[in-house]
Amino acid sequence: MKEIMLILQREFMTRIRKKAFIITTLLSPLFFAAVVILPSYLASLDVTDVRKIAVVDNTGNFTNAIPSTEYIKIAYLNDTPAEKVKNNLEEAGYYALLVIDSAQNSQANPLLTLYSQKQPSIDVLQHIENTLDKVIETRKLKEYNIDNLDKILENVKTDVQVRTMNVSKNGEEKESNTLVTMGLAYILSFLMYMMVLIMGTQIMQGVIEEKSNRVVEVIVSSVKPFKMMVGKILGMASVSLLQIFVWVVLTVGLASVGINLFMDKTSTAQMEQLQQVSQGTDNAQVAQQVEATQQMSDPNNFLAALQNQNFPLIIGGFIFYFLMGFLLYAAMFAAVGSAVESVTDTQQLTLPITLPLILSIIVMISGIKSPDGPLAFWFSIIPFTSPIVMLTRLPFGVPTWQLALSASLLVITFFIIVWIAAKIYRVGILMYGKKYTWKEMIKWISYKG
Amino acid sequence: MNLLETHGIEKRYANHLALDDVSISVPKGSIYGLLGPNGAGKTTLIRIINQITGPDKGEVLFDGRKIVPNDIFRIGYLPEERGLYKKMKVGEQALFFSQLKGLSRAEALKRLKVWFEKFEIQAWWDKKVEELSKGMAQKIQFMITVIHEPELLIFDEPFSGFDPINAQLIKDEILELKRKGATIIFSTHNMASVEELCDQITLINKSKNILSGHIDTVRANYGSNIFEVSFRGNPDDAKNALNNGFELIQLNTEGAIPKVQVKLQSETDSNKLLQALLPSVEVVSFNPVVPHMNDIFIKVVQDYNKAHGLKN
Repeated sequence: MKEIMLILQREFMTRIRKKAFIITTLLSPLFFAAVVILPSYLASLDVTDVRKIAVVDNTGNFTNAIPSTEYIKIAYLNDTPAEKVKNNLEEAGYYALLVIDSAQNSQANPLLTLYSQKQPSIDVLQHIENTLDKVIETRKLKEYNIDNLDKILENVKTDVQVRTMNVSKNGEEKESNTLVTMGLAYILSFLMYMMVLIMGTQIMQGVIEEKSNRVVEVIVSSVKPFKMMVGKILGMASVSLLQIFVWVVLTVGLASVGINLFMDKTSTAQMEQLQQVSQGTDNAQVAQQVEATQQMSDPNNFLAALQNQNFPLIIGGFIFYFLMGFLLYAAMFAAVGSAVESVTDTQQLTLPITLPLILSIIVMISGIKSPDGPLAFWFSIIPFTSPIVMLTRLPFGVPTWQLALSASLLVITFFIIVWIAAKIYRVGILMYGKKYTWKEMIKWISYKG
Repeated sequence: MNLLETHGIEKRYANHLALDDVSISVPKGSIYGLLGPNGAGKTTLIRIINQITGPDKGEVLFDGRKIVPNDIFRIGYLPEERGLYKKMKVGEQALFFSQLKGLSRAEALKRLKVWFEKFEIQAWWDKKVEELSKGMAQKIQFMITVIHEPELLIFDEPFSGFDPINAQLIKDEILELKRKGATIIFSTHNMASVEELCDQITLINKSKNILSGHIDTVRANYGSNIFEVSFRGNPDDAKNALNNGFELIQLNTEGAIPKVQVKLQSETDSNKLLQALLPSVEVVSFNPVVPHMNDIFIKVVQDYNKAHGLKN
């Protein structure tokens, strides 16, 4: 044990003192936080931009039909020909020009054309379309000569919102949020994938370095190769856990500072804008969007959903699957490293290792939509893909027996693979002068200790 | 009393037999030379003694009983293929390896300080290994091999990479270790240092132990009955005196004192040679010519290969 600790310690200390490690550990959270903050920030910039839309109504039926909002100012140009404005949009200070022409068939909708120098933004389009839809709908309704139409319209106005609650067996109800759950699933499994791939490759490089440095024979004369390998991969696992911990702490810290700076301004502005857009419409899409935005940006709802995630299970599950998966793959990478003398020789040998990783990510992306589907289920049970796919499923809730089955299969596989990898490693680190294939490496397993 | 014995060691790799029934006995307190051509199996034997790999057959006895994993703390091994972590600082690295050899941190620090002073390399403590020259790195390597004061030391080509001055320094250290009671197994191709240092030798060729014994016995056994006589007087007289019954190998008249090398017939005794020379010249010295290990090495290996129809 003492030797494993010494190897672990050396591995850990050398790795965390590397400049590349310090830089990625400290700077990545800036990037992560930016990803969280930037959309809100950009939205807060956008809405302060007031756009003037010129309207030339050739039909004369829609005078003042489109109201101005806080950020979209509508100007009706009754006497100006469209052609004149169209070519001088910018000079005249207009964002866009809307021309309304009557349709050839009087029953059909008017022909609407929006001229702008840049692609007009979605909220402008929605504002115009939704208001005119409403106006035309109302007019058509009026042609039926229904009494008290205004009152009826007022009465039928509906806006439903679905609140999602998770119910546990004993009847406890919890606020949930599909977006939060999906986000969490993505983050967990991508983190796993990234770490295994990056750190696994680094372990492999470390083994190759020790081998080509010839330092390895000095070490194995005092430590069993198995202990050396275990010490190395445990050291690297500690490095990864430290990095993740720093990332989480810094990202959460930076993001909450950033959100406090932008969130108030942004969310209210965004809300208003969207509400204006959807005002007086039954447009389902817009309503949905508003709701989603509300759900996402209503801090209380968001936090409640986040808090209602089963964090002890998720964190526990993450640590278990991360460690097991990490060590499983790290051992395989170490075995490959032991069989070659330079990094350039590793490509073919690492393919069988990276393949299940890549497969996991593909399954993860499709599985996130149906976390209980057969694809996600099977791949979360199979040991080589379960570390990533099970992490994807975990935030959605996984039946205990599946979790137990997947975990025990993973543990069993872990021991078998580490045993095999150690056998290969033990022989490989002392073999020089040749590039070995998997076939030869498998033979090494039978060599006597 | 033997500190280390191996009995009938056999080790097979996929397509060749690396060691075939190799037995050696290393007496306590001796310097034991492990000789042999490249690829003969020396490194495999050393790795088995170090328990880096296990034998397929046979056993290793350490201190009279079967070797156990913890014995590695009583063995110091300087491999032929050796290296250090290039990016790690010298002191930290020395500390790491000392602790791997079972020393506590405090004890390792204490002993390292003594060694750094002895080699006058205190200034290197905070340097990275990649900043050191090859010879400097070898010194560190030697130091971490002996830091835990093991009873058995195994040096594989210890002098490669050293200049003559540092080689002498290491040679003196090895003799000092022996004086303190350590047993040393020493593998090298440098036959001069074998003659200088070793008490016992084993010659391994083609996976087999083909010659073992005390170095003086081995050399005497391979002596070919040649004597060298230096004398004052006329070289021609000496030549004439040796005309019957002796085989003149070489007559060297370059120096002030001429030398003659004479091979005796196996039944002739060396007094006869003196008797033949004494009337003609004044004998100054009279010595048997003992063959050098280098010649024995080549002869034994070549004879063995010829006898077994093997390539050299």
